[in-house]
Formats: sequence, structure tokens, C-alpha cells
Amino acid sequence: MAEVHIQSLNKKFDEVHAVKDVNLGINDKEFMVLVGPSGCGKTTTLRMVAGLESITSGRILIDDKVINNLPPMDRDIAMVFQNYALYPHMSVYDNMAFGLKMRKFDRADIAKRVQDAAEILGIQELLRRKPRQLSGGQRQRVALGRAIVRHPQVFLFDEPLSNLDAKLRVQMRVELKKLHDRLGTTAIYVTHDQVEAMTLGDRVVVMKDGLVQQVGEPLELYNDPANLFVAGFLGSPAMNFATVEISETDGALWAANEGLRIKVPAEIAGRLGRHIRSDVTMGIRPEDLHVASAADPAELGFDAMIEVIEKLGSEILLDMAVGPHTMVASVDPSIRVNVHDRLRLALNPERLHFFDTRSEAVI
Amino acid sequence: MVEGALWRRWVFFYIPLTAFVVSLLFPFYWMLVTTVRPDSELYRPWNAPNYAPFWTTHPTLVHIRDLLTETLFSTWMLNTMIISIAATAISLFCGLLAGYALSRLKFPFAGSLGTVIFITYLVPQTLLFIPLADIIRNFRLGDSPWALILTYPTFLIPFCTWLMMGYFKSIPKELEECARIDGATRWKAMVYIIFPIAVPGILSAGIFAFTLSWNEFLYALVFLSSPEQKTVPVGVTSELIRGDVFYWGELMAGALLGSIPVAFVYSFFVEHYVASLTGSVKG
Repeated sequence: MAEVHIQSLNKKFDEVHAVKDVNLGINDKEFMVLVGPSGCGKTTTLRMVAGLESITSGRILIDDKVINNLPPMDRDIAMVFQNYALYPHMSVYDNMAFGLKMRKFDRADIAKRVQDAAEILGIQELLRRKPRQLSGGQRQRVALGRAIVRHPQVFLFDEPLSNLDAKLRVQMRVELKKLHDRLGTTAIYVTHDQVEAMTLGDRVVVMKDGLVQQVGEPLELYNDPANLFVAGFLGSPAMNFATVEISETDGALWAANEGLRIKVPAEIAGRLGRHIRSDVTMGIRPEDLHVASAADPAELGFDAMIEVIEKLGSEILLDMAVGPHTMVASVDPSIRVNVHDRLRLALNPERLHFFDTRSEAVI
Repeated sequence: MVEGALWRRWVFFYIPLTAFVVSLLFPFYWMLVTTVRPDSELYRPWNAPNYAPFWTTHPTLVHIRDLLTETLFSTWMLNTMIISIAATAISLFCGLLAGYALSRLKFPFAGSLGTVIFITYLVPQTLLFIPLADIIRNFRLGDSPWALILTYPTFLIPFCTWLMMGYFKSIPKELEECARIDGATRWKAMVYIIFPIAVPGILSAGIFAFTLSWNEFLYALVFLSSPEQKTVPVGVTSELIRGDVFYWGELMAGALLGSIPVAFVYSFFVEHYVASLTGSVKG
């Protein structure tokens, strides 16, 4: 049972203001993912929670207890590092038992806990081995095992899957999720991979330049991004952006540039009222574009020319020129198209996003 | 390994290698031959009909016997051993802690302190012995093993510190961070995690420090005067060279016996530290 609260947290290295006024509340049993590009302050935030980095200002609380000045060992946390950080001179068993030995658990209890953890992770056969005799995935499991034997209040993960190859990463991702469901320990997970963030997180924190951009459930962030950065960061392939001018004709709002002219749906139009005759950034996700059919209204379609075709099997990605912009559409794999074909696309009007060009905030 | 034709392998690999090994080992061979050569052969003129400088037909152990019975050689060995071990232990201990602090702890002037320590290593011994001699006299340590046990660290500690600093920097700091989260204090993390991983580095620092103190000549020559206090390098050269009389047989016997402990330390530990170097910090 542990809640983590981060209040007005700041970290300044000599010149760099790495973490700026971060406020986060992490609920008991929640799996919170911090995601962002490198240098966004996510790892620094995690290291401050761990006690490995001093806090410039602000407070960190675990269960209403301020832990700012507690040494790492007294915070009752466990951390899994990107490079596993297994103790190379100890066997797997000793690696997992180290934390318990330091805490003076008795021998039988240690053996039982290590056995239990090894069973959960399927590494019972490896207990006598040294870390260098293990594969990447096995090392990752040992690192996890070392964290779970202690039954800590909070798990901290610092990009634990980044050193694994793509296939193993997907597999370990699923196992991590299962493990969390089984143990129910509060977890903070740092990654730069938005897919990991979306799949693992109960909630996701998107950070950039030391600032929290948005906090929310994965789909909430995906469907209702708070700003241009979040919209562009989550989702693969990324959201398409186009600069459009808003104008009013016949009582309706239109978003237009050299390549397209779209009628803005009435429910969004209200919010766009203040931006008439000015430029805004329009965003639409690749899967919200489709090849237009006769049923699609003309005011939601535009012409595009195919530049690149990426056949992924389950879908086809079309990189297309739309006026001055490039857009990616994810379309049905049964559609037969060729490079340089001209195509009429239609978009799903409910899934249009508009962002203020200057502040980058959603409109 | 050189690729290609057989002649290339010979010209670029075997022949240079053989020349290198022979020229390196020849002094040791010369030492050995001179040790077991009887005096009658040693001082035979080069133009004598049976002159054979590179081997002997009548090997003898008389020089070794003379060395052990007629000189204080065994005392010198003991002195050297005590002094080297004590100086190495002091230097390793200080070097370990200093190296750890300089590579891991953040404190003001950590970087410049490292450089300053390195600079002290650059001060030549031939300069340093003058003020040191004064200090030794003031503390009345002259002509005792303490004179050397306490002065050898002046060059051994900077050396060990730098070697250990480099080694500690190669150990990922996550290992220690993980240990500290696991429940170890900084001290425990150092003792249980960092030092065991640094064993190859500690061994090599120890070997070098031991060899440097074993072979040290200048301080031993200056600070020790009575024969029963001397170390092997000084004892052999000062007691077995009388004016212009060189007791070559005993000199070489002393050199031979004196190099055995160093050779032993090397051959024993080198394997250990090479073996552990190859698979230490990975993972």
C-alpha cells in the first residue's frame, strides 16, 4: 500500500534546469509511466524518487511521509536499471538475496523469498549461475527478481527494456504487465518508447524539457492530447499536422491551405471561433484518414499524391503530398495503389484536432 | 597473427618475436650462468684457449652458499619483504579509498585534487629525497625500516590512487546505486559490491606497488646505513662491491635470489588478475 506524491519538484544541475515544477500524484497499486524524449527530465525525476539525486526544491512523499532526505535504503523502494546492474561477482541467487541480507532477514526466509520470486519469473534453474552466463532476457528477469524479493512499497523502472531486442521487448512487456497485475505494487516506469508507455501504463505522464505536458490514461492522451507535443509524440506513425487558415463561409467554419479545404464540424467550430482568419495547426491521425468513397461528403475530402507505399501486412501506410505538407494515411491492405497515383482521401471529422500555432495548446 | 605466405609469417612474426624474447631473457640467463660459474671460469681472460662465456662446464653453488653464510643476505631479504609488504599495504589502503572518493564522490575541487595528486607523482625521487632526508632525521627514523615504510608511500599512494581511480570509473555506477537502494549504506556498497569487482584493479595496483618498493634503490641507499638494516638492492651492491673489487658470483646470486619473490608474486597473481579482467564488469 503506497501512494507517491511529487510536489513542485525541481532539479537544477549547474546550468541546466532539468526538472521544472513537477506535480504528480501516483495512486496505490497504480502503474505510472513517465515518457518523453531523452533529456526531458523523466529519469532525473525517477532518480530523485529513488534518492539517488538530491532535490533542488519541492517535496516527494510516500504515503504522506516526506522522503526528501531519506537515504535510498530507507525509502522501501526497488529499482530496475536499464543496464540491469547485476552484481557480476555474485550468483543469481546472491544477487537476489543481497537486499534481504543487507536488511538482516534470516536465512530460511531469504531462501523462501528468492525461491518464490524465481518461480514467478521462471528462473529457478539459473540460481547458481553468474550474470555473465545469462542472456539479455534472463538478466532482465534476475533484475526484476531482485526487485520483487523485497516486497517494496514502490517499484521504480528506468527504461528496463531498452537493452533487449525487439521481440524480447514485446514479450517482457507483457510479462511486466502480468507481474504488476499479480503483485499490485505501485510502480513508476520511465521510458522513451511511447508504445511501452501506452501498453503498460495505467496512467501516462508525458514530459518535455523538464515540464509535465499532460497526465492521463493512455487512450485519453491519445484521443485528447493537450498540446501539439503530446499529439505528435504518442502514436506510431505520428499524427499528421498541417497549417490551415480558418475562415467563415455560409455560417460554417472552413479550414484550408493550398492542398485541402475541410469543413469544420459544428461541435469543434464553437471553440475555433476566436481563430477566424488566422493560422492554426490541424492534426489528424493516420488511421482517421481513408480512401474516399461516394458516401463521403465532399467537404471532408481532399486530393493527395502518393509518394511512398509502406506495406506492413495488416495495413498499408501511404506517405502522400497534400499541398505543401506530407501526410501519412493508414489504409486497408486490400487497396491496390501505385506510387505517384492521385487519390482522394476523406477524414473522420470527429477525430480532427486543432492546435494554437503559437502556444501549441489544443483549441 | 600475420596472414599470408609462410615467409611473411617468419619475417614479420617468428623472427622478430624470437629476437625480442632472446634479448629480454638474456640478462636473466647471464645472471644465472654467472651465479653457477666457478671463480676460475669467471676470471679467465677472454683470449684463454678454453674461454666459454655463455655456458659453464663445472656448475657450482658456492656463490649462493657464500652469499647466504658470509653476508647478511637473508636479513636483507627479510627487511625488504617487511618494508615492501608494509609500504604496499599502506599505499593500497590509502589509494583504494582516495581513488574511490575521487571517482565517485562529489565534493568541491574533486577534479583538481586528482590532478594535484598526480603532480606529486611527477616530482622526481632524486629531488624529493633531500627534504625527505631532513624529515626522516627530525623524526629520528633514519636507519630503521620505518624510514622506508613511510617514504615509499609518497610515490606509491599517488600511483595506486590513479590506478584505482581509473578502475573505479570503469565500474558502472548503477551497481552501487542499486546496492544502496537494496539496503546497503555507501560503505557497505563499497565493501560488498565495488571492492570485490575491483579485485583485478586492486591486484594490479598491489603487484606494481610491491615491485616498485622491492626494487627501490635511492631512498634505501640514502636512509639506511648499517648493513643489518639494508634492503636487497642496496645490500648486494654496497656489500659485494668493495672499491673496485666486484664479487661477481655473489652479486649475481644476490640478484637471482632477490628477483625470485617478485617473479613469484607476478606469476601467481598475474593469472588471477588477467582471468578476472576478462569477465568482470560486464553485465
